[in-house]
Amino acid sequence: MKDAFGSAQSVAVLGGTSEIGLAVCRALAGGGRLRRLVLAGRDVEALRASATSLTGWPVGEVSTVAFDALLPSGHDEVVRELFADGDLDVVVMAFGVLGDQATMLDEPDRAVELAEVNYVGGISMGLRVAAEMRRQGHGTLVVLSSVAAERGRASNFVYGSSKAGIDTFAQGLGDALAGTGVRVLVVRPGFVRTRMSAGLAEAPFACDADDVGRAVAKALRGGAETVWVPAALRPVMSGVRHLPRPIFRKLRA
Amino acid sequence: MSAEHGAPARELTGWGRTAPTSATCTQPSDLTGLLAALGSSGPRGVIARGLGRSYGDSAQNAGGLVVGTGRLDRVLGVGDGAPAPGTVTVEAGVSIGHLMRVLLSRGMFVPVTPGTRQVSVGGAIAADVHGKNHHRDGSIGAHVEAMTIVLADGSVREVSPAEDEDPELFWGTLGGMGLTGLVVAATLRALPVHSPWMSVDTTKVPDLDAMVDTLADADRRQYSVAWLDCMAGGRHAGRGVVTAADHATAQEAASWGEDLEGWPDTATAPDPDPAPRVGAPSWVPPGLLNRWSIAAFNEAWYRRAPRHRAAERQSPATFFHPLDGVEGWNRLYGRAGMVQYQCVVPTADVVAALLTQLRAAKAPSFLAVLKKFGAANPGPLSFPQPGWTLAVDLPAGLDGLPSLLDALDDTVAVAGGSVYLAKDSRMRPQLLPTFYPRIDAWHELRDRVDPDRRWQSDQSRRLSL
Repeated sequence: MKDAFGSAQSVAVLGGTSEIGLAVCRALAGGGRLRRLVLAGRDVEALRASATSLTGWPVGEVSTVAFDALLPSGHDEVVRELFADGDLDVVVMAFGVLGDQATMLDEPDRAVELAEVNYVGGISMGLRVAAEMRRQGHGTLVVLSSVAAERGRASNFVYGSSKAGIDTFAQGLGDALAGTGVRVLVVRPGFVRTRMSAGLAEAPFACDADDVGRAVAKALRGGAETVWVPAALRPVMSGVRHLPRPIFRKLRA
Repeated sequence: MSAEHGAPARELTGWGRTAPTSATCTQPSDLTGLLAALGSSGPRGVIARGLGRSYGDSAQNAGGLVVGTGRLDRVLGVGDGAPAPGTVTVEAGVSIGHLMRVLLSRGMFVPVTPGTRQVSVGGAIAADVHGKNHHRDGSIGAHVEAMTIVLADGSVREVSPAEDEDPELFWGTLGGMGLTGLVVAATLRALPVHSPWMSVDTTKVPDLDAMVDTLADADRRQYSVAWLDCMAGGRHAGRGVVTAADHATAQEAASWGEDLEGWPDTATAPDPDPAPRVGAPSWVPPGLLNRWSIAAFNEAWYRRAPRHRAAERQSPATFFHPLDGVEGWNRLYGRAGMVQYQCVVPTADVVAALLTQLRAAKAPSFLAVLKKFGAANPGPLSFPQPGWTLAVDLPAGLDGLPSLLDALDDTVAVAGGSVYLAKDSRMRPQLLPTFYPRIDAWHELRDRVDPDRRWQSDQSRRLSL
């Protein structure tokens, strides 16, 4: 159970090799209450490496579950395994791909696959985890969205639209779950320095995975439903969202 | 998913308004209804909920069943109708406030009342509550003659401290946080009084040494307690106001001009359970209660207190339950809610250490409560033990609060003290055996009376109770 400060005792990360996902684990472990951590992902070897990377952090017992976002037909089984050892206080949906947009423009199948991972996989798992949390009467689903969800940009609109989809989904899911003891936290980081973004030109307001982790831990404590990382992105993106398109286009963001 | 029990699911929190979870809620009006509800409970178990004054998650049961006792509110016997003279038998949902009214109209008083009268008798037993008379009269457990408990298997049992009436179950239920069975009725020994008034001495004390001396001296009276300004530092550290009281004698009442001719039958008496005078608004600006506003309040309150006032006439409601005058005062802490930390430590120097830790962290604590406890009782999870108990209210959203409270726990643990489960919403489970050294005996009891863990709460899950 979460305590009065939102410190979780049991956490699962979908996309258990994600740097942001692991940063969230480290931040949640900081509350000193974590007893059980489940890392779910495609590559079990890589998950074990993730578990090893958490050595020294008070994350409790770590287990792994095989999970492929691209296989919704297997998601019922994944959820069964996730909850097999008892309640989960927090489930972090940290899986996702960025894709190379230039390639996707030539090979639309890649764009389809990206959407299947980021959006279809997200709603498939999001709904199933939410149903399980309703049964247990508590829990927080943390959905990693992105500032890219806020406005389609020429340079990454495929990724951005998949995040916009999952972002809208998560907001609505959170509202639908009001009063059930289950919450949804939408996380909108800006440019995060990770393997996924390596090689890309750093955008303004760039941050590290641990910044996202800390922001998530803080939001869980306060019961917030949306968190921007860094927080300054909220007013910034509010402005960007309303820029007239000719101007926005010139920014070539 | 609420269809499981055929009753609606609702989001619940404790009085601190933190960590909401949802449960199916039902409010049976009699034992038959209660047993039927229990029969429908699923694998996530059942917990009883009285008036929801536990600060944390003791009366929540995420995904399970929460049985409200609010409609089990009958007074079954009092005075001549009671099983024994001077006792009162009530259903578990009767509030301490209502009980005060019933008893006072017959010239009697509740044996123990906590700082709020909005507590059900069932909840008072589950938390083994104490009051300002603990140094003399112990916690409520000392005044329970017998209780009727519904056990996990659906059987109904009468238990008492008597050798042949399962004293282990009796004492394990006192302070057992509802996890040994569901109390449906109890017989309490009432206290005869000679007037409906309290005779109160108030003394302002400038520092902790004076506080400790004055409080120890106040223990000659039946009731004693101190309100402490935790935020005052330096030479003012530990300053506060000590109140000590007895039930006024008829002569004292007469000296105030109160005509008790015919009391309790005819003379007018103060209502011990008045409606709240004001209510907190349903919304307050975030951060209304902060370091500055709370320090200012504490300062003003300390200055306003008289240096010394003796034998003042007060109503029981004024003396025992000042906060009950403000309905929903917990809402003043805003969305993030509040945490109350209450511990007991053997010696006053540990209290000084705790106050230093609170001040060093600049924790904005509202008036804290300090009191000297008397002897413990045999309940393995009963909180009071000889020493000093300190209770502080803190905004849950305060930066650094989780680690500050962990640090206070460490101080309490090293000193051989304990932390109160009825206020807990954040304790580390591994400290339970330190705070409750007899917990093994309690677990044995639980294995005997509830091997399948039918009684569960968010707190029992969080602490692996």
